[in-house]
Amino acid sequence: MTVLVDPDTRVVVQGITGHQGTVHTTQMKLFGTQVVAGVTPGKGGSSIEGVPVFDSVRDAVERTHANASCIFVPAPWAKDALIEAVDAGIRLVTIVTEHIPFHDMLVMYHYAASQGTRIIGPNCPGIAAPGKSKVGIIPNIVFRPGRVGVISRSGTLTYEIVNGIKEHGLGQSTCIGLGGDPVVGTSFVDALPMFETDPETDLLVLVGEIGGTAEEDAAEYIAHHFSKPVVAYIAGRSAPPGKRMGHAGAIITRGKGTAATKVAALEAAGAVVARFPYEIPDLVENRLSTAGRR
Amino acid sequence: MVKLAEWRGKEVFRKYGVPLPRGQVARSADEAESLARSGAVPLPCVIKAQVLAGGRGKGGAVQFANNPEEVRAAAGSILGLEFKGEKVREILLEEKLPIARELYLSITLDRSKRRPIVIASAQGGVEIESVDDAQIDRQSIHPFPGLTVYEQRRAAEVLGLSGSLAKSLGSVLSALWNAFVGEDAELVEVNPLAVVVDGLVALDAKVIIEDDAAFRHPDYSEVRDDRTPLEEIAREKDIAFVQLDGNIGVIANGAGLTMATLDVLQELGGKPGIFLDLGGTDDPKKVTEAFLLMAQARPAAVFLNIFGGVTRCDTVAKGLVEAMKQVPESERFPIVARIRGNNEAEGTEILRAAGITSVPQLRDSAQAAVTLARGNA
Repeated sequence: MTVLVDPDTRVVVQGITGHQGTVHTTQMKLFGTQVVAGVTPGKGGSSIEGVPVFDSVRDAVERTHANASCIFVPAPWAKDALIEAVDAGIRLVTIVTEHIPFHDMLVMYHYAASQGTRIIGPNCPGIAAPGKSKVGIIPNIVFRPGRVGVISRSGTLTYEIVNGIKEHGLGQSTCIGLGGDPVVGTSFVDALPMFETDPETDLLVLVGEIGGTAEEDAAEYIAHHFSKPVVAYIAGRSAPPGKRMGHAGAIITRGKGTAATKVAALEAAGAVVARFPYEIPDLVENRLSTAGRR
Repeated sequence: MVKLAEWRGKEVFRKYGVPLPRGQVARSADEAESLARSGAVPLPCVIKAQVLAGGRGKGGAVQFANNPEEVRAAAGSILGLEFKGEKVREILLEEKLPIARELYLSITLDRSKRRPIVIASAQGGVEIESVDDAQIDRQSIHPFPGLTVYEQRRAAEVLGLSGSLAKSLGSVLSALWNAFVGEDAELVEVNPLAVVVDGLVALDAKVIIEDDAAFRHPDYSEVRDDRTPLEEIAREKDIAFVQLDGNIGVIANGAGLTMATLDVLQELGGKPGIFLDLGGTDDPKKVTEAFLLMAQARPAAVFLNIFGGVTRCDTVAKGLVEAMKQVPESERFPIVARIRGNNEAEGTEILRAAGITSVPQLRDSAQAAVTLARGNA
């Protein structure tokens, strides 16, 4: 068992004929992912990187039994693309597209949830389980199979940290880049239970950022429901108090949302919090050996 | 995000049917006076600076006038103000209304619940942050049914409104909801919402529009946020660029990595001041443009921290070298690079040939940047 993806995951790439779609189709295949179909309306019948292209997700699912989607469709059409995937019966969708209006994401999230579809993203690197499958854009070079799970709200910083774990001689079970947009399909709290029950994960690295309360919510969950060791890092400790979203935003996040509140909440929940990204590998190793799981 | 000045926010409110005082915008004392003389603005009136910062009442940015002469004087003094660093260029003149009570209403996004939230308080007219939690009502709204009548009734109840005022509140809330969704707003806020003789009136308007939805709202493109000229150029070129106090320029890719880089520089005693996020660009031209932009900000040193996932290190290196050729000798600055990941060896070699050292460890490279900035300050 793994978290969300495994060698049987069959991916349809929505927006496969665009630059990003094509580049990452190749990269996913190199990772070992079964990319079985692509969709670009009007380009059905062609093929990209040896992958057959269909006009609709429904066609793609009927012909190839795709069961996961990776969306690269530009923001103005991303909502439609997601709804099409959900209606075609896809139950796992990674949305790489950035700049999707959050009002669209509200509709997308609640529609997907009502039909039992999980969204990763948007504006995210996606999910990867080394040696198994990848649905997204995390660079293949940072991975090595192992027993460290990673969840993150960042993009490039995730690659940096995952790579650091690899260079330290450790490896990863599953890595999920959740995206840092105001509305995300899967939050830390949604992802934590999957790592708790995953027998292939011994320890979890949680990479957060300032803004919002996702890390505080995660800390609350970890304190009560998460039994594995957690090493965390929060980016933005030195950030000046930024342009805030008016006073109403401040009331919702009252007393939360800063690096200090996030670090304090995670430490209180028993997590070890790294001050800098390069401290993470050593902390991971220490926690693994104390937990006797090396 | 695009923060709208009060009068623009009120244009949005008008479009959706939120009741407003009668008023006009003016840009000179002459114009203000003639608006008062012609009766276009009923007297007595209130004159308000159109700036984005709050707390206008305490800073002389809101004044009252009873006749055209007073209007002229007040307009003149407000238009000369620099309010919290923002020069006052526009004023809003509105009829002065007899106010019985002041309420607070807003709709924004609750990220944790992934739902819009309606916030209401009977303690309006003051900063909502200073209001006691027990006096603030929050209703989480599901986006599919949208705001329902029962939720409107509940808001009226917590605000202590009944009868026709409760009905008015329902229509105000419904208009605010339509504005929130229809304009892709991050925030619609009325503070205060005044109870007057014959109903409710929005005395102020705060509307923030989400940038990502700009493609649906071309009409907001002319509304400028508080950006520096360089930030404005960067925006046109689609480069994330922020200028603050500090002398180390940071070029990284991705918001998280940029923030982490700043954290390390700060810890080592450096003063990062100019941040440039290349995002996922692959285009050497854009990298060159980014560096030239950085050069214009005159940093004491630049720290380039790239993790090439999608981005190729050699492309970034080429763009950097090309840019430095275009910067005059006298305006050059020391550069410390750290490029890791995709095509790292090729990128490092290109930089080495141009005399720029790539230091692979984050801590060491950040330390080198801090030291160089000190030497060049």
